[in-house]
Amino acid sequence: MRRLYAILIAAALVYMLISFISTVPGYGKVDLKERVSDAFLSKSVNAQNAKAWMEGKAIHRQPAKEIYGKKAKEEGSANVVTSIVVNYRSFDTLGEVTVLFTAALGVGLILGGSRRKRYGREANFVLRTSTGILVPLIIMFGAYIFVHGHLTPGGGFPGGTIIAMASLLLYLSDEKFFLSKASTGVLEGSMGGAYVIIGLLGLAIGGYFLYNFLPNGVVGNLVSAGIVPLVYIAIGLKVGAELSGLVTDLHSEKEG
Amino acid sequence: MMNYLIILAGAMMIVAAVFAVEAKKILDAVIAMSVVSLVSVFLFIAMRAPDVAITEASVGAGLVTAVFLVSLFKMKGGDEQ
Repeated sequence: MRRLYAILIAAALVYMLISFISTVPGYGKVDLKERVSDAFLSKSVNAQNAKAWMEGKAIHRQPAKEIYGKKAKEEGSANVVTSIVVNYRSFDTLGEVTVLFTAALGVGLILGGSRRKRYGREANFVLRTSTGILVPLIIMFGAYIFVHGHLTPGGGFPGGTIIAMASLLLYLSDEKFFLSKASTGVLEGSMGGAYVIIGLLGLAIGGYFLYNFLPNGVVGNLVSAGIVPLVYIAIGLKVGAELSGLVTDLHSEKEG
Repeated sequence: MMNYLIILAGAMMIVAAVFAVEAKKILDAVIAMSVVSLVSVFLFIAMRAPDVAITEASVGAGLVTAVFLVSLFKMKGGDEQ
């Protein structure tokens, strides 16, 4: 009976994955106007009729207010979520980074050690070989997500987490791999400091903390939106180093 | 079509969540929690929140499951000593 339930649940999962894939149009037949990223670029996520979109009917779009390639009026980030998270509500994000730092500090205090914990067994050949191929790709994907945080969905937190997943893969595949506390700590501390320094520069130039003092540029360019890319690079590197340090704490033990 | 898929995804999440509570082994519960996160990623994409979907996929389905599993094995190793 248990097997029957398991087969039913697995079949439902597989059916769901396949049907989500089948809703994706074929190669070269994509109507870019129906894409979420187009709505992001035109800054009108809510302009489309969401109910009609879910039923698969035609979409009547309202004219976009800000268009890709035009000069930005207020702030230049194409992704509207990012402009809220690190521009209008940037102080909130600073608090969020602090919360993550406190959590990592707690794990480090309880589990931290100076020596790599050995499990006494070699990793599988498939795991060892594929790690060498996958780790550079994973790190590059994480860096892409936080560097392009103001253009496409994503940002510093998921990008840093993906980089930490690469270090977790290295820990699982190699018994001797050990990140030193100094390297992750220095990167984390300097990047957290850089975020505060950017905020203080805004205080000195514009008059209030985390003021967007750089020029906004053109919507959709890589160098646009003022301080948003700088802040997201700082957050991505900080979260990546922090969570890599957390994975290191999980795989280490105390001396003696 | 999309509506049925969303209802199916929600039903899968409920089944996995009930299984996570009722499972006898902690390992099974952790995997069921991971399934809940994974299906919710599809729901977030269907409801047009790609930012949250990326974060949920990397944090909820990836790192949290890994941290749970590693700490679970750490606890088991402590019991033997």
